[in-house]
Amino acid sequence: MSKLICKCGHVNPEGSELCQACGRTLTEKAAKRKTNDVMRYEGMARRSQTYHASVIDKVWNFFSSVKVGVWLIVITLVASAIGTIFPQEFFIPQNIPAIEYYEDRYGIAGKIYYVLGFHDLYGSWWYMLLVAAIGTSIIIASLDRGIPLYKALKKQRVERHDSFLKRQRIYSAYEAKGSLDTLNRLSEGLKKRRYKVRVENGSLLAEKNQFSRWGPYINHTGLIIFLIGAMLRFVPGMYVDEMLWIREGETQIIPGTDQEYLLKNEGFTLETYQEGDSEVFDETIQRTGAIAKNFQTDAILYKKDENAIAGSTDNITEVDHHAIQVNVPMKFDQFALYQTDYIEDELYKMSFTMDSKETGEPVGSFTVDLFDPNTSGVYELNDGYAVEISGYYPDFSGFDDGEPQSVSPLPNNPAFLFNMISPEHPDGEVAFVAIQQNLEPLGENDYEISFNGIETRDISGLTVRKDLTLWILALGGAIFMFGVIVGSYWNHRRIWIKTDADSHLYAAGHTNKNWYGLKKDIAPAFEYAGLDQPDDHQELKESKGNAKEEDESGTTREHK
Amino acid sequence: MAQLASISSTLLYIAFLLYLVATVFFAGSIKSKKHTNQTGKNRWATIGITITLIGFASQLGYFFTRWIASGHAPVSNLFEFITFFAMMLVAAFIIIYFIYRLHILGVFALPIALLTIAYASMFPRDVSPLIPALQSDWLAIHVSTVAAGEAILSVSFVAGLIFLLKDIDLSKGGKQVFWLESVLFGIILVVGFVLSATVFSVAGYESEFTFINADEAETVVQYSMPALVTPNEGELITEGAFSTGLEMHPLVNASRLNTVIWSIGVGIILYLLIRLISRRKVAALFQPLVKKANLDMLDEVGYRSVLIGFPVFTLGGLIFAMIWAQIAWTRFWGWDPKEVWALITFLFYAAFLHLRLSRGWEGNRSAWLAVIGFVIIMFNLVAVNLIIAGLHSYA
Ligand code: HEM
Repeated sequence: MSKLICKCGHVNPEGSELCQACGRTLTEKAAKRKTNDVMRYEGMARRSQTYHASVIDKVWNFFSSVKVGVWLIVITLVASAIGTIFPQEFFIPQNIPAIEYYEDRYGIAGKIYYVLGFHDLYGSWWYMLLVAAIGTSIIIASLDRGIPLYKALKKQRVERHDSFLKRQRIYSAYEAKGSLDTLNRLSEGLKKRRYKVRVENGSLLAEKNQFSRWGPYINHTGLIIFLIGAMLRFVPGMYVDEMLWIREGETQIIPGTDQEYLLKNEGFTLETYQEGDSEVFDETIQRTGAIAKNFQTDAILYKKDENAIAGSTDNITEVDHHAIQVNVPMKFDQFALYQTDYIEDELYKMSFTMDSKETGEPVGSFTVDLFDPNTSGVYELNDGYAVEISGYYPDFSGFDDGEPQSVSPLPNNPAFLFNMISPEHPDGEVAFVAIQQNLEPLGENDYEISFNGIETRDISGLTVRKDLTLWILALGGAIFMFGVIVGSYWNHRRIWIKTDADSHLYAAGHTNKNWYGLKKDIAPAFEYAGLDQPDDHQELKESKGNAKEEDESGTTREHK
Repeated sequence: MAQLASISSTLLYIAFLLYLVATVFFAGSIKSKKHTNQTGKNRWATIGITITLIGFASQLGYFFTRWIASGHAPVSNLFEFITFFAMMLVAAFIIIYFIYRLHILGVFALPIALLTIAYASMFPRDVSPLIPALQSDWLAIHVSTVAAGEAILSVSFVAGLIFLLKDIDLSKGGKQVFWLESVLFGIILVVGFVLSATVFSVAGYESEFTFINADEAETVVQYSMPALVTPNEGELITEGAFSTGLEMHPLVNASRLNTVIWSIGVGIILYLLIRLISRRKVAALFQPLVKKANLDMLDEVGYRSVLIGFPVFTLGGLIFAMIWAQIAWTRFWGWDPKEVWALITFLFYAAFLHLRLSRGWEGNRSAWLAVIGFVIIMFNLVAVNLIIAGLHSYA
């Protein structure tokens, strides 16, 4: 491996731009580059800038390039934006095949959207691949720069070569000022500003907030931890997403909890704001109509005892008892129960009367529990009257071959085949009764059944969630936030002062960002030492909207 | 309480007027002959910033009286949220102003805040109760940090715009001139919207249509401007109201499209009038103001505001957002359009920082990126709510 030997005698590794001892520029190329660019990593050799031969080098160099990194970010950004043009698959009605939905609703554009896979963008392999590539890029780019940067900042020399000072953006040479007294005053002034000052051989290095240089590396670490956390979601057992539909009064096993926990729904409440609740709201309520105020399930949580039989609701112990509301989940163990949905007024019980057609008077009444109808027994009415249910069709959809059909076990549209027993007809008369429908399939009857009211109850829709990845995500997020703050709100500032035998004094300053702040920060120290403020050789001249020119004019400018 | 709500509206009105006056003073500070430098102490600017501070105090008064009157932080519908954003924009301007004392910032930042408040006022302004999903302390925490972050980021747009107005040579023509003029045209469009909405609302114009929506149900829709386009199978039910009978596809929200068409129409007329009367590009009209502006300083301010705003936005728009989403919607992330656009904003400014830091995109390019960033923020603030329906679509 070739080494770069500086004029000062220091041996630098191949790829270095600045001598790590004296700060001289080591190569022609480095001399031509912008000072800011060279200084960013202290002129250190970086793997990606040094090796280009093997496949590994090429992969490394690809991912360590910020150009590539920015492209990856921009592609992800654009893809995400396209993903919001039409709703994603998980937002569309679940009862229609996606392909039909997109084409029917959005026409040819919808079809293209579907075919290209944008309907499930965030679950698509190529979106995942993009995120993975960003992750890889962050890791490689950070290693490529972070390690050399760490080494360079750890072993900084105080004394730098004149050429190093000269090419800094903040730089001035002062005649006949290079006294020990001036140096001391500068040192004192900078210390007041909380710079760490080192003086050696008539040279001075003042430095503050070096830690802020680690901001990007900290935040990238946070991002990687976050991404790992997001991937862990797919490990079995880390994540539970279940729905529990529970009727008022019911007790059910909570899905996802290994049958360990049960929940009782004591009642569901839906409240809306009323006019007069608060006079300031009246106008809105008049304009938009009813506005929901509260969705709430009063719930009791039970835990199954050690020796309880699987699937049964006996031998259970109450553990918690409180209301589940939107924004107020019920938490237990590693689970949380959220109020996410509801169905109001599901049919629960139906009351009927049996009437005599002749008199029009009822001869008795009975109530059917739609979830537990008395299909084997008889509803005894008074005086020898009774009703038998000989057929129950909870979700009646019509007749097939004369047979009534039910499409589901839910009482959405209950229908009954009743056998009405009366003193005149001890064997009974048959009536088919459905909502808005009364048939007498075996001929004219003397009695009839009529509706006499219904009882309903609400169903509460609760989401059962367990997410064991949350703490990792929180950790990643916190580290990320910390890193961004460290890197954004503090800046790494350095001042180099050099005096020589001819009483010259050279002052140079560098910061990784916020030059304005640097200048304000060091001004009092220079004033105290009786020196003019060092000049700012701004690299950005008026560019007249011509970005290309500006690129070139930004190379190191010699100070006259 | 109703009285408090009305005091609140008055305070907002006062703040609006004060910002307007302050703008004039800042403009004076730029024009005044005595002060050739654009920073540091200047009597006009001192008066300008003082009035701005009083205006800001008045707007804070609006905010807290409305909070007390309604019982919740007034950031729960479009009007409240956008006015809050404007307030944060003024706050961000004040902070950056006190760091850099750059007077010209006031000449552009305050009018943008003014326009934002005017725009917000076109949405229903009544105090509305909170739906269950919004009943949480996180509403105030999340929304205020997002708005603050977006506002600080917007200051970089203000600095970038001034930079471009000075930097771009209008006499040469070319792409940059075209796009700069487009940005200014975009601002005029907002004026067009405010103007047409105000005129029709003062005139009391209103009409109603019945129509068949995308789910094939019959619905009623209100128009607040004469109907240039009508909804799918729309039938005018207001007597004597205007309608072209030009029907739109059921997926298109015809009433909103109608408003957009009016705004664009009025905006174009305004723009052409300005061009005809002044015989110059709109960008050229601003050039006397920016003549003395210091490009380096503007570039620095633009970058600094992104640096200050990015962490705040990340905290509010992603981290607090995720925490609340976990509590209210059971999952910290659900690819809701508003969430995705917050992510896009985040990614965009991350790209901005990387380009600046590692690829030397400073000055002109950086200014353009700041403009694009602002467009993305505005899109998320306004368009996502109005165009793309999701969990966040309030108002
Ligand atoms: C969404 C993903 C990313 C975010 C949020 C992010 C965030 C950041 C932030 C905030 C900074 C500090 C910028 C400044 O202080 O001006 C930074 C610096 C940096 N980032 Fe990223 N980054 C991301 C992805 C990447 C990728 C993919 C690469 C790969 C090339 C990369 C490479 C770098 C480098 C080289 C630095 C400068 C480090 C230094 O100056 O020492 N970042 N990043």
